[in-house]
Amino acid sequence: MDANEFIKNFAAQFDDTDASEFTPETRFRELDEWSSLNALAILNMIGKKYSVMLKPEEMKPTNTVQELFDLVQSKLS
Amino acid sequence: MNPFSLTGKTILVTGASSGIGRAIAVVCSQMGATLIVTGRNESRLSETVSMLEGDGHLQITADLTNLQEMEKLVESLPKIDGLVNNAGIANPLVLQLTEENDVNDIFQTNTLVPVHLTRLVLQHKKLNKGASLVYISSINGNNCAYIGSSIYAASKSALTGFMKAVALELSPRGIRANCINPGMIETDLLKAGSIGEEELEKDRLKYPLKRYGKPEEVAYAATYLLSDATQWMTGTSLVIDGGYTLQ
Repeated sequence: MDANEFIKNFAAQFDDTDASEFTPETRFRELDEWSSLNALAILNMIGKKYSVMLKPEEMKPTNTVQELFDLVQSKLS
Repeated sequence: MNPFSLTGKTILVTGASSGIGRAIAVVCSQMGATLIVTGRNESRLSETVSMLEGDGHLQITADLTNLQEMEKLVESLPKIDGLVNNAGIANPLVLQLTEENDVNDIFQTNTLVPVHLTRLVLQHKKLNKGASLVYISSINGNNCAYIGSSIYAASKSALTGFMKAVALELSPRGIRANCINPGMIETDLLKAGSIGEEELEKDRLKYPLKRYGKPEEVAYAATYLLSDATQWMTGTSLVIDGGYTLQ
């Protein structure tokens, strides 16, 4: 699982935040445009691209892109 | 004569191996009906049959998304007095990530299966005069909508449109068609889904009656629509949603 690819896929679920702004440290819940729609889109993206079906409550404790990446990776191994 | 009784009626229920379909089969049998239950999972379907009251029930394992299997099933049917189109799928998915196969899968199960099954029971003359067709639609797409459900909503409102025209077309033979539009119901489909328990609990509180529905509460409505109590009801949709769409 490639971290840069994950960030790209993650960034694609946002409209107002430029893709270049996303780094592993990005605290996505603090973005202006963050909403339940982004949350669902990210869960769907992870399901489609990585075949990992996360539940919203599993995603809840994650705040940075890196933390979410680690969570998905832990499900893959 | 109890107008709510289903004694003497033969009723076909799809998706009867679990959830709402199983509850409908069980309640119909308690009301005196002879059931023909169908579903994809043979052992769970047998479990449903073991829960039915009375004798003479029939179990037919079939994948109705396969048109040949559906036609075979219809050919093997006795004449029926009721058909409950219940089988359905749901999976929250934002439109932005929706692909052709997602659209096809949802429409296939939620819309095309009921359309073809209705068409085939008609063409094979399996409907008794005065038969009742019941479609399990949803408040979603008909009375409200949710994020991540555009295709589901479309599939369920398409089903409602279909039901209305069928109601009109079959009215000369006294055959009735109606929908049930449930809100969220506590089923295995829900438990197996991508929504966590914490989120579900928050969502349940959005309902004025502070909980999701129970499968048997949809079954009671189906029983009502299948009975002679509703002989003058056709083309309607019964909303059963704990008051959700009042808000």
